[in-house]
Amino acid sequence: MTSTSTVSAEEVVGVVRSGDTVMVGGFGLVGAPLTLIDALVDHSDATDLTIVSNNIGEPGRGLGRLLRQRRIRRGISSYFTSNPEAVAAVNAGEIEATLVPQGTFAEAIRAGGAGIGGFFTPVGAGTLLAEGKEERVIDGVRHVLEKPILADVALVYAARADTLGNLWYRRTARNFNPLMATAATITIAEAGEIVPVGELEPESIVTPHLYVDRLVTAA
Amino acid sequence: MTDDVKARIAERAARELRPGEVVNLGIGIPNLIPGFLGPGSGVVLHTENGLLGVGPRPEGDEHDPDLIDAAKLPITALPGAVYFDSAQSFAMIRGGHIDVAVLGALEVSSTGDIANWAVPGKDVLGVGGAMDLVVGARRVIVTMTAMSSRGEPKVVPVCSYPLTAAGVADVIVTELSVFRLVDGGLRLTELLGGSTVDDVKDVTEASFVVALEGTHAAR
Repeated sequence: MTSTSTVSAEEVVGVVRSGDTVMVGGFGLVGAPLTLIDALVDHSDATDLTIVSNNIGEPGRGLGRLLRQRRIRRGISSYFTSNPEAVAAVNAGEIEATLVPQGTFAEAIRAGGAGIGGFFTPVGAGTLLAEGKEERVIDGVRHVLEKPILADVALVYAARADTLGNLWYRRTARNFNPLMATAATITIAEAGEIVPVGELEPESIVTPHLYVDRLVTAA
Repeated sequence: MTDDVKARIAERAARELRPGEVVNLGIGIPNLIPGFLGPGSGVVLHTENGLLGVGPRPEGDEHDPDLIDAAKLPITALPGAVYFDSAQSFAMIRGGHIDVAVLGALEVSSTGDIANWAVPGKDVLGVGGAMDLVVGARRVIVTMTAMSSRGEPKVVPVCSYPLTAAGVADVIVTELSVFRLVDGGLRLTELLGGSTVDDVKDVTEASFVVALEGTHAAR
């Protein structure tokens, strides 16, 4: 859809339902949509969530708050280790962990958004992380079949948006955000600043507005 | 492991890098390498969270909250630096566009297998970009102490820890020596810090061929 509505964070998190898969941008807390995450923690009771994010926040910060509420059933991530409470929750059997090499994680989300049904990568072949996955030898090299990752809702952060929902990212706060914006049924963008249409240089826009369904100003 | 030992390993590893090479540095000893690259080294640093052209760490308390490296520590960006999303960053890595990856390891085998992400039964919840980097980088340099903190040799016939990837290491730099993987076998090419071949044999479980190149050869 091309229409993007600007709403409050408290209101917008109502789209997240129990059992949903939710993608959350950010590398650690850099580029994480903290206003949206806090709204999800404080103004939604959706539980049993599958969280797709490179990390599960930090203790008591970002997704670490949602973890403390025990509303995460499963995490898909490349690095749970940056939040010791997430590691403890996995070891205690409170959440299910799916560990994915970071490049595979990024590419699987990209593939999801691009309508690709899967891809073969040499990364992980012959390791614990390839167990149970289909393998194929391509030009003499072992490859692993990786399926796309999709979500019901994506929460992303951009430094600047226009009112149409075009997004511009700043420095290393870009990371997984542009990928996740493409791979969910509903994409909610949190922007540091929302400017009138026409103010973003078209060539500098990284996420075209058709991917963005709701727009929230960062707190 | 003392800081002095780490610094010596980093200093030697820095001399493996050539002008114009694009290099990704892992966490730990590799992160000390920039201190040994002169301003005119011509080495271009890549960080997998989305920046080519990493500069020095910022001085004092002032830093840009949107600018971190893969260790989630503040960095700066050099003139000519470029930011990109995580899928593109790992396309650079997987696609063979990164010349060198330097990283630490728990074990390296005599055929170049690397184990550097997991200790069985303890921590198998963080892999990050390690698997992508060792598979994709054109040259893989391992920096590590010759023995673990428990006094066990780290250069071994077969890795006992879960593999990051098989047959990918090209160079191993420890405080005692430089090994090179040539035609699928291990060669001792340089002795460091006044060590002897017997010193190296004492702490190396894997068999190797002695092919010393002289103290400052090995470029």
